[in-house]
Amino acid sequence: MNHLAVVIQAADNVATAVADLSAGAAVSFFVGQDARDCELQEDIPIGHKFAILDIPAGEAVIKYGEAIGTAAAAIPRGARVHIHNMESRRGRGDQS
Amino acid sequence: MNTDLIPDGAALGAEETFSGYRRENGQTGVRNHLAVIPTSVCAAVVAARIADLVEGAVAIPNQHGCCQVGADFQQTKRTLIGLGQNPNVGAALVVGLGCENIDAAEIAAAIARTGKKTDHLLIQDCGGTLSATAEGARRAAPLARELSAMRRTPCPVAGLVLGVECGGSDFTSGLASNPATGAASDLLIQAGGVSILSETTEFIGAEHILADRAETPAVAQKLLAIVRACEQRSLAQHVDLRGSQPTPGNIAGGLTSIEEKSLGCIHKAGTAPIRDVLAYAEAPVGKGLFIMDSPGQDVDSVTGMLAGGATVILFTTGRGTPTGSPFAPVLKISANADTCVKMKYNIDIDVSEIIRGEASIAASGRLIFTEMLRAASGRLTKAESLGHREFGIYKIGPTF
Repeated sequence: MNHLAVVIQAADNVATAVADLSAGAAVSFFVGQDARDCELQEDIPIGHKFAILDIPAGEAVIKYGEAIGTAAAAIPRGARVHIHNMESRRGRGDQS
Repeated sequence: MNTDLIPDGAALGAEETFSGYRRENGQTGVRNHLAVIPTSVCAAVVAARIADLVEGAVAIPNQHGCCQVGADFQQTKRTLIGLGQNPNVGAALVVGLGCENIDAAEIAAAIARTGKKTDHLLIQDCGGTLSATAEGARRAAPLARELSAMRRTPCPVAGLVLGVECGGSDFTSGLASNPATGAASDLLIQAGGVSILSETTEFIGAEHILADRAETPAVAQKLLAIVRACEQRSLAQHVDLRGSQPTPGNIAGGLTSIEEKSLGCIHKAGTAPIRDVLAYAEAPVGKGLFIMDSPGQDVDSVTGMLAGGATVILFTTGRGTPTGSPFAPVLKISANADTCVKMKYNIDIDVSEIIRGEASIAASGRLIFTEMLRAASGRLTKAESLGHREFGIYKIGPTF
């Protein structure tokens, strides 16, 4: 099967699209050894991320098994994750 | 992709060789340039004109060197000396104006300690642009002709000093081109070589992973301290680092935060333990993996590694970038299939097969290692063949 999204570590709550993906598509990927899929809530451009679990506002967004930032709003499974709904925790001189 | 050049799982030993230039001090060069080094911005045009007149000479466009103080002054001076001492430089001509606080004779003497032929002149002593240009060419031409007679000989791979760099990153960088480059870096270190990872900004959010790989607690503390200082400089600006790091292009390519970018970036240094943390333009002592404190801006970062003695640069990119270096081959590696097509005259190594699931990280790492040895042995990189010689010294203080 040709997987169109990559989950890097089993602890991750986002997947990275490796092709342009369309809203409504059921995209398959591996989480560790387990094959999973997720219906996309919106179009995901190649290279961009979508949530593979519901991520509550204020919770960490996890990629590479590490926090890459904080959900600025509740991010439902299948929604795109990017600068509109995820805040960086580092280099935030605007908040200091 | 030809991955047969180095068999799967083959250990690389000290017997592995490439074709290089053995220097008087035991170091190994992969190029044999005559460097024309202006000590200040005021001497840069004359230096460039001298290099234009002499086949085999390369001038660096130094924009600093005058009215600098303290650590900023020392850093510029260390960089100019390190560039001249780089084993890819066969001989050097240092050109000063005559009134700047970086002294041409002192720079030339420091470069000459490597055993290579070195000369210097001052524009004010020569009587201005025309006579300094002519005098510079008169002195540079015999040096260049002498270098042209030198021949490459088989040299151990252990003599290579690799700098790893990334620029114009996108999602493919952290997934594929950086880990594959890291595999090549690990191969070089296994063979007894040196690898340098720089770009401190791009450790923010991943510094704990690197610190765990430090050989001693003191090295871990040094590493955490440079990252803290880097982040502190951004906080002092009272702006969000996002938009500058990650860049607008990184963001368009799918990277959302500096943490995400960093976690991908650090893969390009493989898995080796970290021996030490170097100041910008500082030369590593010993073998293995070193960290250099530099900005994430590619040109300043590569210049720092070059001044620290890097002789070959592996440069990963997602969105594509043309940048080269005055004295070192810079190999561009991309796993973004579109970029490999659109910028095929800039990208040296296509590793997009990893993204398509058609090649492993390890096999691509061996391909990169093989291509690195070909470039080290004299094959021009695409950046070299197109004349890319980007250069920039990292400024850390105001000019007065």
